[in-house]
Amino acid sequence: MIHSLFLISHAGDLFLEKHWKSVISRSVCDYFFEAKEKAGDPENVAPVLQTPHHYLISIYRGKLFFLSVTQTEVPPLFVIEFLHRVADTFQDYFGECSESVIKENTVTVYELLEEMLDNGFPLATESNVLKEMIRPPTILRSVVNTLTGGSNVGGILPTGQLSNVPWRRVGVKYTNNEAYFDVIEEIDAILDKSGTTVFAEIQGVIEACVKLSGMPDLTLSFMNPRLLDDVSFHPCVRFKRWESERVMSFIPPDGNFRLMSYHVSSQNLVAIPVYVKQNISFLETGSCGRLDITIGPKQTMGKMVEGLMVTIPMPKSVLSVNLIATQGTYTFDLTTKVVLWDVGKLNPQKLPNLRGSLSMQVGAPKPEENPSINIDLKIQQLAISGLKVSRLDMYGEKYKPFKGVKYVTKAGKFQVRT
Amino acid sequence: MAFEEVCPDRIDLIHKNYRKLCNLLVDVEEWGQVVIINMLTRYARTQFTSPWKEDAVFDENNEKAFYDSDSEEKQGQKEAKPYIMDPDHRLLLRNTKPLLQSRNTAVVMAVAQLYWHLAPKHEVSIVTKSLVRLLRSHREVQYVVLQNIATMSIQKKGMFEPYMKSFYVRSTDATHIKTLKLEILTNLANEANISTILREFQTYVKSQDKAFAAATIQAIGRCATNISEVTDTCLNGLVLLLSNRDETVVAESVVVIKKLLQTQPTQHSDIIKHMAKLFDNITVPMARASILWLMGEYCERVPKIAPDVLRKMAKTFTSEEDIVKLQTVNLAAKLYLTNSKQTKLLTQYILNLGKYDQNYDIRDRTRFVRQLIVPNEKSGALNKYARRILLAPKPAPVLESAFKDRDRFQLGTLSHSLNIKATGYQELSDWPAVAPDPFVRNVEVIEPVQEWAPSVGKAKQPKSDNKFYSDDEEKEEEGSVSGSEDSSSSSEESGSESEEESSEESEKTSSDSGKSSSGSEVSSSESEPEQKKKKQIKKANVRRSKQTAPDSDSDENGNGPVSKTSSSSAESSSDSESDSEEDSDSDSPAPQKKTIVKTKPKVEVRSKKEVSLLDLDDFSPAPPSTPKSSVFSSSLLSDLEGLSLSNVSSAMQVTTSSFGPVKTYELLHHMTGKGLSAKYHFPRQPFLYQPSMVAVQVILTNSSDHSLEEIHIGDWSPASLNIHCFNTVERLESEASVTVSMGIDFSDSTQAANFQLCTKEDQFSVSIQPAVGELLMPSTMKEPDFCNEQKKLMGMNETSATLTMATANASKQNISKQVLSVANVAVVSSDQNNLQRFAGRTVSSRALVLVTLELRESSTALLTINTEKSVMASMLLRDLKQALSQA
Repeated sequence: MIHSLFLISHAGDLFLEKHWKSVISRSVCDYFFEAKEKAGDPENVAPVLQTPHHYLISIYRGKLFFLSVTQTEVPPLFVIEFLHRVADTFQDYFGECSESVIKENTVTVYELLEEMLDNGFPLATESNVLKEMIRPPTILRSVVNTLTGGSNVGGILPTGQLSNVPWRRVGVKYTNNEAYFDVIEEIDAILDKSGTTVFAEIQGVIEACVKLSGMPDLTLSFMNPRLLDDVSFHPCVRFKRWESERVMSFIPPDGNFRLMSYHVSSQNLVAIPVYVKQNISFLETGSCGRLDITIGPKQTMGKMVEGLMVTIPMPKSVLSVNLIATQGTYTFDLTTKVVLWDVGKLNPQKLPNLRGSLSMQVGAPKPEENPSINIDLKIQQLAISGLKVSRLDMYGEKYKPFKGVKYVTKAGKFQVRT
Repeated sequence: MAFEEVCPDRIDLIHKNYRKLCNLLVDVEEWGQVVIINMLTRYARTQFTSPWKEDAVFDENNEKAFYDSDSEEKQGQKEAKPYIMDPDHRLLLRNTKPLLQSRNTAVVMAVAQLYWHLAPKHEVSIVTKSLVRLLRSHREVQYVVLQNIATMSIQKKGMFEPYMKSFYVRSTDATHIKTLKLEILTNLANEANISTILREFQTYVKSQDKAFAAATIQAIGRCATNISEVTDTCLNGLVLLLSNRDETVVAESVVVIKKLLQTQPTQHSDIIKHMAKLFDNITVPMARASILWLMGEYCERVPKIAPDVLRKMAKTFTSEEDIVKLQTVNLAAKLYLTNSKQTKLLTQYILNLGKYDQNYDIRDRTRFVRQLIVPNEKSGALNKYARRILLAPKPAPVLESAFKDRDRFQLGTLSHSLNIKATGYQELSDWPAVAPDPFVRNVEVIEPVQEWAPSVGKAKQPKSDNKFYSDDEEKEEEGSVSGSEDSSSSSEESGSESEEESSEESEKTSSDSGKSSSGSEVSSSESEPEQKKKKQIKKANVRRSKQTAPDSDSDENGNGPVSKTSSSSAESSSDSESDSEEDSDSDSPAPQKKTIVKTKPKVEVRSKKEVSLLDLDDFSPAPPSTPKSSVFSSSLLSDLEGLSLSNVSSAMQVTTSSFGPVKTYELLHHMTGKGLSAKYHFPRQPFLYQPSMVAVQVILTNSSDHSLEEIHIGDWSPASLNIHCFNTVERLESEASVTVSMGIDFSDSTQAANFQLCTKEDQFSVSIQPAVGELLMPSTMKEPDFCNEQKKLMGMNETSATLTMATANASKQNISKQVLSVANVAVVSSDQNNLQRFAGRTVSSRALVLVTLELRESSTALLTINTEKSVMASMLLRDLKQALSQA
């Protein structure tokens, strides 16, 4: 299946390689570099490439390319999913998935890769199982390891892998038994010039942080489960019960995990929390343009809009911007030509506004299209779809856990066309 | 997983595990799920009939199909043949459905492709939602999923139409994702939603991503051709784009307009005029070439403009791109034909330029065109047709999706993604016209999985009954070939019927598969526990496996082609059969003796024996003496020897000894064989290919006046008989002869092996009947070993007789010569004068056969044979007695 893995930095340096079967020469990556060269933007590199003898499947995460090599037919999603799982694991272990972090923890990285794939076939991808075998690095441990010459590979085989609840290890003990659930909803929307909604939908996830002793059996029920149109679960959720009763019954993994992700049926009208009044124009003759953006609250259900952030990718011909923000700060990246306006809290009394002029390359034609505006925001204590958790029950253990549910609404791919 | 790597073609290995796999699928870890689902997809494509055909026919009443499956028995007969989904097929679909909710995108995709390839058309759409959900995932996942959706959306628009908006393009998407989304939107376009889509496209055209904008224009072109209502709107929109500032956009529009105009042979001369005006500003070669082509094609509609364009081109000809030059030549030629007055000189000028062009394509084209249009005496023939050649009405190009041909690959595969056959890609086979026997998967029923086989307990009962019957039948056949067959076979059938019912209860199989297959089902289900029970026993007599007689039961019940399972049951029954055979043949002392059998798993043996004992009581078989003796009369005269063997056993070895001439038997007389005659003898050598077989050498002689071709062995009976055929003799000349060797596993019985000796034209039934002595192979052992073994084989396993020796056989040498001529055994050297010992083993089961001859005074002797094969013992005793007393 998966023959080899190469990690390639944003700049095109190959800094780590791992082979599970036989060693494949690095030169195979030349085909990839060629494709990367052609595509220009790293986002545009096709994930599946063909070379005379190998097939290259790559992902781009955190300014890194994970490039895997296979020699035979394999479902491409299989490899892609696995590579993302690897990236997730790195993130989980080291806090972030970047070149410097991986270089710092090369030993652990190799240990992880060795465990995750066996002869090209995914083996232990569950982070709980992995953590039992290879303990995540901490400062204390690395000091101890250097002094004693020990390693952070666990001496015992993980117990979970062989049980029928592979995601949970046995003998978990906590003094404070807690279970927290974050209901996070994201609004994907495209608004057109006049502010009407072209397309909008709500995607949600429930992230859980469960620290409970023993083998608790949890049941989570919703006030209005009918809202959920399409769901996907962590493997621990009993699908039969969901189908029949619309309650989620599961034995949770230990620690942080994503319990479910869902999609709210597109028939429902989606409340758009903010409106954007914008006017971006480029003058036909002179080499300059104008920009004027105002953002106001629309349907916020009485909650405060926070973390408002506006991103405007400018046309390549824009040389510099000269803007004044009534609230927050803005930056303009000269290389990527992106205006980033960090607004912060949205004050309904005093609407934030950004206006000013854009100076263009002399002689360049007027840009065909006005840039689109991407908006990022956050509303605490609100699930925009109206989804509500009604109760959480626990069976199988005696103690009484502390339970908490938090709702957050975010903007997902929220785009305003201008 | 190993299966995929090692032997992806061995579909037959899955049969027995199929249901287990389906049921466990949900509990398997996610990576395994992907592999298993892919494998099951391939499996299902070979094992089930297509659920699609009926949908086409019964499209309006899909419901019906459901009712059918409920009352299948009744409906199965009438109507053309309504589709009934195999319950196993349904099981697979049902069990994979929850996996659509998996968090692993690869699993979701695998299920989606499974539904796409296996589910009835109206059920496929349940995967839509999940696939659309995947679009929220990472960029790379989106890419692959969109590719697959693109392929799906070509064939089934309805599936994704409600989710059209999910494919709207964001400016932040990567280019390849944008292009794919565009592709899907184009596929989804229909009369109802085209206005929405076009409005969306208008936004895209303005995109900063020029490659994407160009792709959008092409997409608009496709929509315009596919949906006739909007063609004019699209065309107008595209014409507006012609005034766009971006070159690539304009060029693309021109190309698309060209295609559109071609499909629309209506009056669009104003558009052409407009394009002609734009011509000066357009620099992209492809666009210029397109305009030129349009001018030429519709030059009659724009009679004034076309020559002017040509004039301009003549000026700039040398600096144009090749493709533009070619089109200029074309335009010149066409104008020359329609409007030669105005353009004659221009054309000649251009042709002259072209003649000396650097590009040989252009020189070539110019020369060709010149010959075609300029009349001269040499090229008269083609000249007349020049107009028809150049101005022929041309078929409009079909604008179709780039994903059109991708459906040849299985969805979700690497090959599909690359649109190239990847190494190791397994072609998804077409649906079989007729479903293979669904019962091959039934073995599972017997296994102690309670939910599926509520009648396990019940099933066992009739099965063992069955066993008895079949045993009887065989026995009776063997003993007396009288009419007993009828009764037994009928009882067999009743047994099988009860079994059939129970099996039907347990899992609602359709009855249309008919009796024959249910028959085989019986035997197959039978074999499973039977084999378990007998595992031990088998170990004891491994070598005895195949038997000549026993499988007659399955044949007589009309099992048709003896499937693998049924043959295994036959095999197992052969074991029991041969046991019981011994019992019956060894007359009265037999039953008790058996307990002393030296095999290890005694308990098992006993339980087995009980069955055979029962048989004995119930159906005392006719004494076998009559047929048997006739068998031997021939063999008696026969054997001289020559022998061999090598096989290792604990303390003793099987040896090779060789003796003089060999007695040959007639297999086929040349009169009956139409010139082909065959003789055979036993070379008394171990058969190379399979040690449990007796080697037979056949001498084929052609006594006819013409050569015979393709002499080979055809069918043999009983089918359970194991024969190693000789290689086909391609050609046997007249008066020539050839010796071939074959192996027959007689399973230690003297039953004849019947087979057909075939030539190209004819086939002759022949049979080989071995003498009991030929079923042995010599075994050397020391005297003490011999005595030890003999002690173990006392009592029931001992047969003895007193005989009077012929005078000629007085000497020790002569005695051993006589014995060795009858039986293929080895002399055990002994220092006792009055005792002679011989040791051998049966060829197929390796049971020891010990012969002791004790000479007494006045030429009498006591002949003792010790072996657990009491049948053989008695037969061998008779043979030896005859040989020693006659001579």
